[in-house]
Amino acid sequence: MSIDASPANSPSNEFSGPMVRFDKVRKSYGSLVVLDNLDLEIARGEKVAIIGPSGSGKTTVLRMLMTLERIDRGVIFVDGEPLTSMNRNDELVPADAKHLRRMRGKIGMVFQHFNLFPHMSALKNCMEAPRTVLGLSKIEAEARGRELLSMVGLGDKLDHYPSQLSGGQQQRVAIARALAMRPKVMLFDEVTSALDPELVGEVLSVIRKLGADLDLTMLMVTHQMGFAKEFADRVCFFYGGRICEQGPPEKIFVAPENERTRQFLRACLEAT
Amino acid sequence: MAHRPLVVCAILAFTAGLVIASFAGFREFLPGLLEGALVTVEITLGGSVLAVICAFVAALSKMFGPWPIRGLAVVYIEIFRGTSALVQLFWLFFVLPRFGITLEPLTVAILALGLNVGAYGAEVVRGAVSAVSRGQWEATVALNMSRAQALRRIVLPQALVPMIPPWGNLFIELLKTTALVSLITISDLAFKAQEMNATTYRTVEIFSIVLVFYLAVAVLITVAMRSLERFAARGLARGPAQ
Amino acid sequence: MKFWDWKFTFEILPLLAKAALVTLEATLIGFVVAAILGLAFAIGRMFGPKWLAVPLAGFIEFIRSTPLLIQIFFIYFVFPEFGVSIEAMTAGVLALGLHYATYCSEVYRAGLANIPRGQWEASIALNMSPFHVFRDVIIPQAIPPIVPALGNYLVALFKDTPLLSAIAVLELMQTAKIIGSENFRYTEPITLVGLIFLIFSLIAAAVVRLVEAWLRRRIIHS
Ligand SMILES: Nc1ncnc2c1ncn2[C@@H]1O[C@H](COP(=O)(O)OP(=O)(O)OP(=O)(O)O)[C@@H](O)[C@H]1O
Ligand SMILES: [Mg+2]
Repeated sequence: MSIDASPANSPSNEFSGPMVRFDKVRKSYGSLVVLDNLDLEIARGEKVAIIGPSGSGKTTVLRMLMTLERIDRGVIFVDGEPLTSMNRNDELVPADAKHLRRMRGKIGMVFQHFNLFPHMSALKNCMEAPRTVLGLSKIEAEARGRELLSMVGLGDKLDHYPSQLSGGQQQRVAIARALAMRPKVMLFDEVTSALDPELVGEVLSVIRKLGADLDLTMLMVTHQMGFAKEFADRVCFFYGGRICEQGPPEKIFVAPENERTRQFLRACLEAT
Repeated sequence: MAHRPLVVCAILAFTAGLVIASFAGFREFLPGLLEGALVTVEITLGGSVLAVICAFVAALSKMFGPWPIRGLAVVYIEIFRGTSALVQLFWLFFVLPRFGITLEPLTVAILALGLNVGAYGAEVVRGAVSAVSRGQWEATVALNMSRAQALRRIVLPQALVPMIPPWGNLFIELLKTTALVSLITISDLAFKAQEMNATTYRTVEIFSIVLVFYLAVAVLITVAMRSLERFAARGLARGPAQ
Repeated sequence: MKFWDWKFTFEILPLLAKAALVTLEATLIGFVVAAILGLAFAIGRMFGPKWLAVPLAGFIEFIRSTPLLIQIFFIYFVFPEFGVSIEAMTAGVLALGLHYATYCSEVYRAGLANIPRGQWEASIALNMSPFHVFRDVIIPQAIPPIVPALGNYLVALFKDTPLLSAIAVLELMQTAKIIGSENFRYTEPITLVGLIFLIFSLIAAAVVRLVEAWLRRRIIHS
């Protein structure tokens, strides 16, 4: 199976630095500082797993990158360009709608609770945004939707509505829907935590396949340590709004340096 | 609203009305009442259409408009919900001409009722739109849709079905409120009832029949909205919510 | 002719203020009727024998689905037919009370339905008479949560009092119309009536919200 995953809007002279860069980003809700001076670089095609205890700010990182949360301070660069601000006369000003939409086009997100459109079939879910946002014709959008849905193993469920699908199937539709926009970066926020245990495998194997077949940068928050260990190029352990420790999975899972990391991994092991 | 008692009582009342009417020599006043009934139906239909338009425009302006438009929508909703329908009717009837705007009484009636019910409808629309989960909006952002696209393609279609039952109630309220137009010289059913009452003195029969007529239209509205709801729900997800 | 005449405005304000008292009187008496009758309707419909509950349900739907104005006429014109003379104000207030009693009964029904079964069972276990169960156990628990909903109907009833002008009760609207026809100026009286209604409604809505917030806090604390 061959999927053309190169973004439709890729310029010929691509920026060759990191795909995503957080530069001293700070985020708070009222007086609660959720992320403090976060620095994080993610290379092109890199697969990064984010782990950490509840409330450590993992979801917040992804939501900021998807522009679902405002940031207080600092800059996020995607593909070399600031995400929520832009250069005007050598000054960084808040981004206008046009800039935001162009930047969002580079990013796709899969949610913990799927957020499929309940009034549309699986295929229509995948066709909606390509048609209205990318301006694809109905035929093109449908071809793309069919191809992606069969890639996630749902070629026979095209006309099913979300309520007629299992959780695992719904989540795979959500993945296909995000891919249909040809993003460069894919964000996965605990995409298996709302699923029954026996459905986790089918979703993870789809993600594994994306990693192998497509040239995507992936950022995933996960509690599946086994999956993170086997799949990720790098693991970031978040604690109290900071990256407490990061490195290749062999190091983090086998020989963590930080005491907190050790505690967290021990707790995870005991839970399973 | 319980459905069965409404229908049962409609049938009983209608039969009772006919029995009374046939004893009373209803030929005297029935044609006049029917004429009025036609006007009542006409105003109900016109007012309902206008109300739906006003409600959507006002609600969406209040939720998504830039601040001057949002302010206008809030003022419209508060004024028309905060004063009484009859005051609004009289105001449009007596005061509008002072601005050099003279309208047919029938137009005034439809305008007043549409604006009045539209203000209540705006809150219904707003409630249904804000009941669509935040996750749906977030999904549209993640798919890079514009807010207008998200609203039109994703949020409004989901808000429509839960809106139907409250709209049914509002249409019945509107039907009931049409009786007020008799006070600005329109020959609707309520007006004809008074007229016939003044000439034939068959008070009990006339007003019973008129009440039953209003009830019948109300039942019709309820039944129509039920079928509309069932029809619309078919396009939406059924079964357990995801 | 000026669009708005302030001198005229100040001349008619006292007249309208007096009429506002009549409006308030109709509102309050009408609502007392509605509240008491509504409770009776609700209890009759929920706990009465079938021969009472079913026709009552039909009657309630009937009143709710037909225009208040016609009901006002009906009461005003029909009573004299049977030789009972009735004052316009009495007929109007009765119609208002009856009409809104049907709305209130739905509110009471929701409130009563929310009482946990355990409360009924405990009362039976204590061998209380039905009257005392209602008065001492059920009603005190059922009423507070529905006060805001009842308040909204009080405001709605208030906004329907101008309908009494149709049978020449000298409330706000009728007074404004008389002033208008005597002076050939409707702008000021009708606009003023609108403003008076708006102010009262906004205040009432704010009070209902306050009560609601207060109740929520009380329920959370207990
Ligand atoms: N909208 C919000 N308003 C206020 N506080 C918030 C909001 N969203 C998140 N928080 C707080 O921010 C902190 C980080 O939240 P976040 O969702 O990023 O945690 P997480 O690492 O994803 O946790 P989990 O593993 O439980 O999903 C938490 O303490 C949370 O309570
Ligand atoms: Mg999270």
